Amino acid sequence: MGYRTDRQRVEGLGSAKDGTTDWWQMRISAVALLVLVPLFVFPLARGLGADYDAVRAIYQNPFNAIVAILFFITILAHLRHGLQEVIMDYVPGKAMLTFALLTNTMLTTLIGVIGVFSVAKIAFGG
Amino acid sequence: MADVNRGNRPLSPHLSIYRPLYTMILSITHRITGVGLALSLVLITWWFLALAVGEEYFEFANAMLTSVIGGLILIASLWALSFHLCNGIRHLFWDAGKGFELETAWRSGLMVLAGSVLLPVAVLLLARGVF
Repeated sequence: MGYRTDRQRVEGLGSAKDGTTDWWQMRISAVALLVLVPLFVFPLARGLGADYDAVRAIYQNPFNAIVAILFFITILAHLRHGLQEVIMDYVPGKAMLTFALLTNTMLTTLIGVIGVFSVAKIAFGG
Repeated sequence: MADVNRGNRPLSPHLSIYRPLYTMILSITHRITGVGLALSLVLITWWFLALAVGEEYFEFANAMLTSVIGGLILIASLWALSFHLCNGIRHLFWDAGKGFELETAWRSGLMVLAGSVLLPVAVLLLARGVF
């Protein structure tokens, strides 16, 4: 235990001090998704299985494109926090946990960026 | 010191000592559907990427997602999304401190189940003209 006082042992420990931020972010993204998910799903349900030009036309519509980009940005935050919660509950050991959390952040960000990039490219007609 | 017995303390929750209730099943289903929807999102993002890449690749991705297996996965995803969305609303009410009474939680759970079936039907009916 060494010669550190109780106070020194406690300082810097305890909560990570941003738990409420994560919690609140989850609720904000959840409420936003209540609106965005239906708006995203309906054009998507029309587009799946349709031909190339028809689907491009759907996402060249500014409304659908903006909704889709907002959806990808919001789902990125929601998914990252949600999976993080699951990972922290189930993944044992500090090394494994750190690896899983890093992987989670990178993969969810990758998905979000691919989504936003794709919709933007289609919308701008490239 | 506070951390003397850290390794031996019993850990909660002891889920296995409780009689299984259907609300417990709903609770874990929220988590399972959330993780499952991550995989659905990967598929959908791939479809968008293919649409951005070009016609030939899009036809391939589109055919994969609308094949029999792809279609089943998408229908399952639509159900999971509907469940997660409805149960998410239930969670938001709980966050606001409402609906904790046993009977209310029981009834809101039934509403979630009903919604998780009705919403996919509504989407397929309105967006795709199926049925």
